[in-house]
Amino acid sequence: MKVLPFLLSSAVTVGLVVTLNTNLVLPAPLGSLLSPQQGIWQNAEDDNYNFSADLKFPQLIGKVNVYLDDRLVPHVFAEKENDVYFVQGYLHAKFRLWQMELQTLAAAGRASEIIGDKALDHDREFRRLGMVYAAEISEKEVEKDPVIKGECDAYTAGVNAYIDNLTESELPIEYKLLGYKPEKWNNLKTALFLKYMSYDLAGHDDDFEMTNAKSFFSPDDFNKLFPLVQDSLDPIIPKGTVFDSAKIKPVAPANVDSVYFDNKDMANVEEEKPDRDNGSNNWAVSGSKTRSGAPILCNDPHLGLNLPSLWFEMQLSTPTFNAYGATFPGAPGVVIGFNDSAAFGFTNGGRDVRDYYEIKFKDDTRKEYWFDSAWKKTDFRVEVIKIKDKPDYLDTVAYTIFGPVMYDKSFTGGRSDVHKNYAVRWKAHDPSDDLKAFNMLDHANNYADYNAAVTNLHTPGQNCVFACKSGDIAIRAQGEFPAKWKGQGDFIMPGVDSSYMWQGMIPQDEVPFQYDPARGFVSSANQKPADSTYPYYLGRDYPMYRGLYINRKLTEMNDITVQDMMDLQTSEYDVFAEMAVPIFLNNMKVDQLNDEETRYFNILKYWNLTDDAASKGATVFNIAWKDFTKEVYDDEYAHAPKVIMRPFESTLLESVLRDSAYKFLDNIGTDKVETLSDDVTAAFKKAVVELSKADKEGKLEWAKYKDTHISHLTKLEAFSSLHLPIGGGTYCVNAAKNDHGPSWRMVVSLKPQTEAYGIYPGGQSGNPGSKYYDDYVNKWVEGKYNILWMMEKGEEKDPRVKWKMVFSN
Amino acid sequence: MKFLISLIITAALSFAICLYCPWWSIAIIAFIVAVLIPQKPFVAFLSGFFALFIFWFVLTLYISNNNEHILAHKVSMIILKSDNPFALILITALIGALVAGFAALAGSFARKTK
Repeated sequence: MKVLPFLLSSAVTVGLVVTLNTNLVLPAPLGSLLSPQQGIWQNAEDDNYNFSADLKFPQLIGKVNVYLDDRLVPHVFAEKENDVYFVQGYLHAKFRLWQMELQTLAAAGRASEIIGDKALDHDREFRRLGMVYAAEISEKEVEKDPVIKGECDAYTAGVNAYIDNLTESELPIEYKLLGYKPEKWNNLKTALFLKYMSYDLAGHDDDFEMTNAKSFFSPDDFNKLFPLVQDSLDPIIPKGTVFDSAKIKPVAPANVDSVYFDNKDMANVEEEKPDRDNGSNNWAVSGSKTRSGAPILCNDPHLGLNLPSLWFEMQLSTPTFNAYGATFPGAPGVVIGFNDSAAFGFTNGGRDVRDYYEIKFKDDTRKEYWFDSAWKKTDFRVEVIKIKDKPDYLDTVAYTIFGPVMYDKSFTGGRSDVHKNYAVRWKAHDPSDDLKAFNMLDHANNYADYNAAVTNLHTPGQNCVFACKSGDIAIRAQGEFPAKWKGQGDFIMPGVDSSYMWQGMIPQDEVPFQYDPARGFVSSANQKPADSTYPYYLGRDYPMYRGLYINRKLTEMNDITVQDMMDLQTSEYDVFAEMAVPIFLNNMKVDQLNDEETRYFNILKYWNLTDDAASKGATVFNIAWKDFTKEVYDDEYAHAPKVIMRPFESTLLESVLRDSAYKFLDNIGTDKVETLSDDVTAAFKKAVVELSKADKEGKLEWAKYKDTHISHLTKLEAFSSLHLPIGGGTYCVNAAKNDHGPSWRMVVSLKPQTEAYGIYPGGQSGNPGSKYYDDYVNKWVEGKYNILWMMEKGEEKDPRVKWKMVFSN
Repeated sequence: MKFLISLIITAALSFAICLYCPWWSIAIIAFIVAVLIPQKPFVAFLSGFFALFIFWFVLTLYISNNNEHILAHKVSMIILKSDNPFALILITALIGALVAGFAALAGSFARKTK
């Protein structure tokens, strides 16, 4: 009898299969992962892969031809407008499905479903901010607009047409590695994606940090640390522009000083925050300043750098419009780009549209809260958070007249304790039909069309730049913004009555704009949109240095070529350093420096103020300035609460330029009165310790010290581009920081035959196993551009066309 | 000769079944082939083992070669923590080989229990 060996060998076989097909024994199911016909090997795209295809979908009304060029850019030609969005959805899914879904899952506070309870805090933060609530309101708004509804429905149908026909082996590799499957797309997911952009671009606030700073410092010190005015500011709408008086005149409550400005309350909340450097540059020069006589438009949005990239390049062509540019996998239309008549781009407005109100509940049930001298009923929204391998987590969020109570004793960002209730009032909760702005821009022929288009963009507020072939250039600091009284929403506000609520929105005809200005250019780089003559309160903290340099150069330049614009867009000149280095050079006590310190001081002294990749001066300056900031302020902050605002990036430089006896230069911990020279010298000595260490590690060159990288969304290093030899930085037009920077660079010359260039740090394919995954990265690092080819009918046989996909019903 | 025939049949049917069924159905194929084609247990093991070793090795090598090993470089970093495409191909082949080998062994014993 061979029963025993049979049982034994059967057991071994079953054991092997179980071991290799699950993660009970191994951290990953190696068998299913590595099986060559279904696993990851199927994601190893053939070097000569043929993307051509003939596809039939009954959802289509007409025929759609897609020509894929040698960079894998689809040029989509549809007979019917909505068919183009169907195919856009299909292609977004074909090349970028995993990232599209991940971004919407993260936006919806559903990350725990995939990565487990380590994402629970993130999920609760997003649910409580009302991300899904906001997306649902958006979706309802889209329902009212048949054009945008049709566009979204077609897009959704296209994404699902791809998902429905997706086989196990074709699943994007990330699904295989993380062990889950895509779900169906819907219009809510598109809305969630757009809310994610709203979070990223219009979700920043420092209300808790500012409240604590206000309570910790004296009013005089507070104003010195967080000034309302920047002397060096060159606003988007130039100084001297005359504004009409405000149509809406917000009135501060009678008790504003006692219960708001002078209230010494502390708030113990740590928010999850979008990157505060989510900024950008854009400008347009009129034909009077260019060699060709045609306007040139440029844009480079600075966002977190990731693989797969946030952007996907496409041409969408129908009988009613023909647009080319960067699209968002997750949403229909071209977002930043150009059409046959015009070009358009965006920078972030950075206005404060997220405020907090302290709510007083009657009792722990939170069923009623005190508002306008009465108990008002709370609405509850139960958030069901599914967690991988764990039971669901139920989070009951209270909704007030202001918005959801985001932070309370049950949730403080998971890091500190609080016994107060803070409701969030966020502009992104309001109904708006923002996709209409992009739809209409894609169709826009002239300035009037542009104006009608961008006024639909409410949140996130964006500085929208425009140029068209008829010669017009324009910019609008666009968005629907609350009209605030001075200081409103800088701190947490009382939520016991209506007096602190937003009193209205700034009317669209009072949004700052510039149209064909005499200076021949318009520009923005996230600086304050206007100076204090603008009749509405604009808040405090705006980055202003890139804008200074761009405006200086554009003012000087004439006879401008496309190459000049590329050179400006990739400029690594550091205008902040230009203003700050003399402070070091003129105040350093050189006689107190030893040989090593003198050597580094000389590097700084002879530095050309350019943050290029090989620059050592840039590293010396950056470390020295960081230590100078600490030297000046650390003593004042020594006993500060953990959650507190540090001075704005421009505060120290602006203050020292104005007053060399700036109050905070003195170290309050010593008997002596320190001077600017003392601080500069002490800071530099400290900086040399770090510089010396960096030098020993071979990291003194700026690019090596800064270490720019583009991480895969999972942070898997093998799927990332690391240690990129690129210069630039926060204060350079080329704002390439370590994980953040120009996510799409575009230059469009609107000659009769449009000449356009662009690049993003990634590649068209989201598949790490494709040669098109990261093929633009090195070119982006080198500051080079791809030619953006607006394909025309009749060019089907052009050698750039490599594959053809035919979609029909 | 029987060895070669069962090796080829195992490999061919494994390919076919994996077009429609999960990867581990190679075990069922190897088992059935060993039941139907009588061989000594150890020989049956070897025919199952080498059928899948050779088939998966050649297939994976072919796929990866046409990909210029772009993916294998990256995935080997993730799974093996070292940049070694060839090792990843070898491990893939070994996984198929072991599962099919033991399934064939079981099949061969099953035949003898009758």
